[in-house]
Amino acid sequence: MSIEVRKLNKTFNGFKAVQDISLKLESGSLVALLGPSGSGKSTLLRMIAGLEIPDSGEILLTGREATFVSAKERNVGFVFQHYALFKHMTVYENIAFGLRVRNQSEAEIREKVHNLLSLIQLSGFEKRYPSQLSGGQRQRVAVARALAPSPEVLLLDEPFGALDAKVREELRDWILKLHEESKVTTLFVTHDQNEALEVASRILIMNHGKIEQDGTPIEIFDHPATHFIAQFVGETNYIDTEVTEKGLAVWGPFRFPINPSFTKGQKVRIYFRPHDVYVTEQFETLQVKAKIKKTRFKGTVIEYLLDIGEGKSIFAQVPKGVALASGFKDGLDVYAAITAFHVFPL
Amino acid sequence: MRFKSTGVLPGFGLSMGFTLTYLSLIVLLPLAALILKTTTLTWPQFVDEVTSPRVMASYRLTFGASLIAAVINSIFGAVVAWILVRYDFYGKRVVDALVDLPFALPTAVAGITLTAIYAPNGSIGKLFKPLGISIAYTPLGVTLALIFIGLPFVVRTLQPVLESLDPEIEKAALSLGASRWYTVTRVVLPSLIPAWITGFSLSFARAVGEYGSVVFISGNMPMKTEITPLLIITKLEQYDYAGATAIGVVMLFISFTLLLAINWVQDKAGQHRVIH
Amino acid sequence: MTKETLIVSLKGENATDPVRALTEPRWVRWSLIGVGVLFVALFLVMPLVEVFGSALDKGLEYYLNAVTDPMALSAIKLTLISAFFSVVLNTVFGVASAWAITKFNFWGKNLLITLIDIPFSVSPVIAGLIYVLLFGLQGLWGKWFIDHNMHIIFAVPGIVLATIFVTFPFVSRELIPLMQEQGSDEEEAALVLGATGWQIFWKITLPNIQWGLLYGVILCNARAMGEFGAVSVVSGHIRGLTNTLPLHVEILYNEYNFTAAFAVASLLTFLAVVTLIAKALVGARYEKEKEVLPSSLESEPTL
Repeated sequence: MSIEVRKLNKTFNGFKAVQDISLKLESGSLVALLGPSGSGKSTLLRMIAGLEIPDSGEILLTGREATFVSAKERNVGFVFQHYALFKHMTVYENIAFGLRVRNQSEAEIREKVHNLLSLIQLSGFEKRYPSQLSGGQRQRVAVARALAPSPEVLLLDEPFGALDAKVREELRDWILKLHEESKVTTLFVTHDQNEALEVASRILIMNHGKIEQDGTPIEIFDHPATHFIAQFVGETNYIDTEVTEKGLAVWGPFRFPINPSFTKGQKVRIYFRPHDVYVTEQFETLQVKAKIKKTRFKGTVIEYLLDIGEGKSIFAQVPKGVALASGFKDGLDVYAAITAFHVFPL
Repeated sequence: MRFKSTGVLPGFGLSMGFTLTYLSLIVLLPLAALILKTTTLTWPQFVDEVTSPRVMASYRLTFGASLIAAVINSIFGAVVAWILVRYDFYGKRVVDALVDLPFALPTAVAGITLTAIYAPNGSIGKLFKPLGISIAYTPLGVTLALIFIGLPFVVRTLQPVLESLDPEIEKAALSLGASRWYTVTRVVLPSLIPAWITGFSLSFARAVGEYGSVVFISGNMPMKTEITPLLIITKLEQYDYAGATAIGVVMLFISFTLLLAINWVQDKAGQHRVIH
Repeated sequence: MTKETLIVSLKGENATDPVRALTEPRWVRWSLIGVGVLFVALFLVMPLVEVFGSALDKGLEYYLNAVTDPMALSAIKLTLISAFFSVVLNTVFGVASAWAITKFNFWGKNLLITLIDIPFSVSPVIAGLIYVLLFGLQGLWGKWFIDHNMHIIFAVPGIVLATIFVTFPFVSRELIPLMQEQGSDEEEAALVLGATGWQIFWKITLPNIQWGLLYGVILCNARAMGEFGAVSVVSGHIRGLTNTLPLHVEILYNEYNFTAAFAVASLLTFLAVVTLIAKALVGARYEKEKEVLPSSLESEPTL
């Protein structure tokens, strides 16, 4: 089932939570809604589910107008941030709930619940109560409960927000697998960019109630559309300078060839990622002189603070193996080049 | 009033409709009748009714005794709340449960029982008789009855606040070299003040309106031991509806003022009275 | 540091210095406990003892006669009737008002909550008075009702109405903060799963609030059965017809039939003690109900 939203608005006590949002999700896609807290992503999700009523705009589910259809009739699955499991019901009864209210036969219910239990790898847990489960188990039950009535859309609100790092990793893989098997249109809200980049095939980035960029993870990462996204997704250096002449901005020893549409003297901010700084011990080509001021070990990469003269410095990241082979250490003179960058007017 | 619901759960119309209808029928409409009835009196008549010497005497007794009772409850109620929260002793759970007795015991039962205890031939009354002190049928007896019914209010408002006080603060005060006495009087007690005021006001408000537990022990002598609520009943029994209503309105006004004051203190102190 | 570690046992006199400095010297503790317990004993325990003592003053047979007297039995019946109506109606009101207030946002919500609390701040005598002014002979609608042969004041309906008024907020006062605390997540989850309003209420909300509801009902019932002032105003004290148990106690007492008065009072006192015990038992479950299921990453299964 596809989801379409047209010019949606929602205001809470004068605070514009969602402003003029339009989007369209194809049937079977797995999409992340990424943004900082307060960006309106949960409100948008809740409006699609029918848990909030928009002030204006339209929501279409499979092409049908659904803006004012009750949440009860929308046939969407919703997974709450804090699970919202029915705490006085067993795991079995939690998952069966959506089937019971549809008056399905006991035999059908039993078969479906057992299938879902094995899908969430919790067979044998049917008699437990939510309080007897760990956080990750609770979240899986919440997903199973949402899937039980065979919804056409699955909406997840910060599904892994309250879990510890290791469980989050596991659930990410599990959600991916689940989506491959079920092919149900899935939209999930997260403030964790790694989660969005890893799991989703498409990411919508929200800020201040608006969608700032809509694209694949690679597009988002390599071609940020706005200042906000350039800073929000991934690690980045940024420098403020002005256009020296048509098609060129200079900052310290670095020369950035830029789009000729920028006018001379215009103030710009240039973003470049630390791993896009190419560092070598020997001069290769087009590099500038730099000195390693500080070293920080970050697991698979090592981060260096490079002094490039004139009191200026930048961060660079080098794969651990390369760094060790090159014998980088504090105080060493090296050469650096910026291989990719993005320019935004200030 | 514009009742526009924001919320997607069903049942707003039904639940709100029933709530408003029932509230209006049981509470608002009858109270409006009280106000309406007062308008049958002219202003000078009204003033005469509510300031006649007998009524004034009843105010003095009702408010005076209520005030003393609330003060005594504030002191001893705080001690009871403190020992229930901070110390362990044998029978603590029984004491804790007993604190609610004045809520649970019908006021008429409390009234006749307190009278029996404090009457000149009662188990405590006879101890004081040789000293020339009578308790029942005097303002002293009225005060004792009001202490009885007001005690739980102070204990039950202070208890949760004491429980929620962060012990880290006391540890911090200690680590800064403060003595225990200093810590308790300068750190712990000040943070109890809003709850204390609330408990005091609740206890006072209850005492002002109290009837059942007082009417037996007071003796009901006009000008001496007649409380204001009793005066309303006396006037009703004499079919003086206007007089009863006038005094009723004064009491209602005082109750509302106290209710609003209590709500204000609680909001101010950020105690979650109910919700916002 | 939890509350338990702060409570220093009286036996724990050898506790380490920092802990000892967090409580008072032994003599202070003992004095405070002494004062507190003495105060409770004097004001609360003595009346309890007095009631049962006086009730059995003239022996068991006299006691049994007093409480099985036809007038006493009719008072018991009326007390049960008015308590029944108060509990049922105020419970329905409590649930409806808590649902409206905690599940929706609307203008004037705080005002509504304050209005619901009014009966608590009004003297019971005034609670009776307002119904006399409405339905009494000289009242606003009194003539109409009496012309149509409907007797409210000095009759059972007046007693029931006055009792309903004084017990009005008991259930809603418990449910509003409880349901506020619990939030609407579970109800929303049920809605998205396709449940109807009644299904959500019976299967999700009610099981979640059952102990708070019961707690409110216990308090409401205790007050309804024991109410004196409001009922006294509207009753007319017609023996065998409009006397509730507390009013019957008053009549016996005013007739100087003290032992019988205390015998009947002992029934009400017994009810009060049962109420306190029930309150303590239900209260423990109710406290648990208030706890929201933790969803943080530390949440370990409690098996």
